[in-house]
Amino acid sequence: MNYRLNHLKELESESIFVLREVASQFENPVLLFSGGKDSILVSYLAKKAFYPSRIPFPFLHVDTGHNFPETMEYRDRWMEHLGARLLVGSVQDAIDRGLVTEELGVNSSRNYLQTAVLLEALEKGKFDAALGGARRDEEKARAKERFFSHRDEFGQWDPKNQRPELWNLFNGRKRIGEHFRIFPISNWTELDVWQYLAAEKVPLPSLYFAHPRKVFQRDGILLADSEFIPKKPDEVVEERSVRCRTIGDVTCTGVWESTAATIEEIILEVAASRKTERGGRADDKRSETAMEDRKKDGYF
Amino acid sequence: MTELLRFTTAGSVDDGKSTLIGRLLYDSKSIFEDQYEAVKTATERRGEVGVNLALLTDGLRAEREQGITIDVAYRYFSTPKRKFIIADTPGHIQYTRNMVTGASTANVALVLIDARNGVSEQTRRHAIIASLLQIPHLVICINKMDLVGYAQEVYDTIREDFRLFASKLDVSDVTFIPISALNGDNVVDRSEKMDWYEGSTLLYYLENVHIGSDHNFIDCRFPVQFVVRPNNDAFHDYRGYAGRIAGGVMKKGDEVMVLPSGFTSTIAKIDTYDGEVEEIFPPMSATILLTGDIDISRGDMIVRENNQPKITQDLELMVCWFNERPIQPRGKYVIMHTTQTARCMVMDIQYKMDVNTLHRNQEDKTVGLNDIARLTIRTTKPLFADPYRKNRITGSVILIDEGTNETVGAGMVI
Repeated sequence: MNYRLNHLKELESESIFVLREVASQFENPVLLFSGGKDSILVSYLAKKAFYPSRIPFPFLHVDTGHNFPETMEYRDRWMEHLGARLLVGSVQDAIDRGLVTEELGVNSSRNYLQTAVLLEALEKGKFDAALGGARRDEEKARAKERFFSHRDEFGQWDPKNQRPELWNLFNGRKRIGEHFRIFPISNWTELDVWQYLAAEKVPLPSLYFAHPRKVFQRDGILLADSEFIPKKPDEVVEERSVRCRTIGDVTCTGVWESTAATIEEIILEVAASRKTERGGRADDKRSETAMEDRKKDGYF
Repeated sequence: MTELLRFTTAGSVDDGKSTLIGRLLYDSKSIFEDQYEAVKTATERRGEVGVNLALLTDGLRAEREQGITIDVAYRYFSTPKRKFIIADTPGHIQYTRNMVTGASTANVALVLIDARNGVSEQTRRHAIIASLLQIPHLVICINKMDLVGYAQEVYDTIREDFRLFASKLDVSDVTFIPISALNGDNVVDRSEKMDWYEGSTLLYYLENVHIGSDHNFIDCRFPVQFVVRPNNDAFHDYRGYAGRIAGGVMKKGDEVMVLPSGFTSTIAKIDTYDGEVEEIFPPMSATILLTGDIDISRGDMIVRENNQPKITQDLELMVCWFNERPIQPRGKYVIMHTTQTARCMVMDIQYKMDVNTLHRNQEDKTVGLNDIARLTIRTTKPLFADPYRKNRITGSVILIDEGTNETVGAGMVI
């Protein structure tokens, strides 16, 4: 007798279980889609979980307006492939309406503004569960996240008072106005994600593969040259071969020097890497507990 | 093939748990440079010397301020043979609920003993919880061997003490390893200072311990989680029962029975997105299609007619209580079991168990936060349950407060 699964199949099975649990326990879930590999993975697993039915919930993209153009192209193609309905929450629109005020200065970013736009979109759509691609290995505050993470009516996370999560039993009960954030790929690592996407031959945005790009250096991080990032006088733009390890807003997503042009080369690079993927995220570096503080307020 | 192994650790600030995890991560090259740098900077900012590896796992602001682990932290590392998920939990009695949470899904429990102090109250508590939660493998790391001169007598004495105590527990597979987490003896590399020890290193043990039998592959249990009905032209009459198999091996063509209706049918097809499969076993997710037209919904269970779980509204449970508000005698709670949700009433509190001594207290039956007790409950509808000893999935329940929606208890079916 030899009934064994490899680790990727076991992770896949766990994530599919969580996705089906969401569809069963909630009235109106939504999948938060950023165009990054983690949300691509969650949407791909959702396709598997409900096959041959369609994915029984819409997708939501919180659009800062400061995107890499490649992300938007990919997003639209992928939605068509999945046959999914896409909703967009626009940060630009929220600024124009006065819901939020734009940050000013050299390191300004619309990262924090996403929270208000996200919460507004959830409220408007009466969504009671928002699925995301966060992983526990990404960041120390995320290491304490539950699969089913409860949010109060202000969208706040209370890390000291989380519901214990045991076995396969997920408690999604809530009061009216409260919602849950759900993280089906909590137990995947960066390497697991890449190995799985490679094995399943999932198409990915071109940004993940090495390509020549105009970049400049700030605080030890390479940033893409973009009209959305004001440069200091001494910052020099030059062309290098780079790729993204995470994809977020163009203002806070660092790029890495790399020649990895295929998914196999990426796996080798990730396996040998001595830096975490979020090492290039300026939004995590604002303080020691920057992620926990943003999450408490309702960030992804 | 790389397999997944989940293990849990429990410990306090002083017994070297963080150092041991740090050592495993560091020696298996799973700590990244920027994480290491961030921890180093944070250590210096606190005016401490060296690199405080506890700051790697203690992620929450309150934990970092108080220098303790409050919640379960999940850590990941892998070797070419296995991928490991560590549920790192605090060891203090006031965090019993976190230990129980971490233990619920673990294949292996790692219990640390300080070689200078021997078997302590905390050691006993961890072992009792591991036994209650039926973690299949227990490994006792006798740590800080460097501080007792790497002496075999110390190791032998502690091993005998633990064996004596463990004879009262329900644990079948116990392994002892003498280590020094600080110096790395017997963690990843073999110690040169303990020739008398002939067993394996901790990492070798974790890579090779046999976990192929940790699931129940005998008693077929398929809790229906979600009914797949595409209602489109290509799959007009498709009606599939999606779920994660909780026990046994189920094959196409098997005669099955559906609970609670008792109708029998045959497995016509086992479907996945990647195509049809011949058989499924735990912990696979799949979709079962049956012959004939029977009415099945979420919460039903597909089993074999000659091998059924107990269909009952009366359950005996060992419960770990998670809430400051004590269990209310005759109190009503929501109960979740596999994919079923019902309500239940506490009919009787039989005794409260001391997690340090196993003593059964039948006088004081106030069951509060972190207490473990044996209860009798009655549910509003029948559940399809197995003893927890036979199946950790069909033998476990959680209790939820109807007013606050908090998870207030975890129960194991006796």
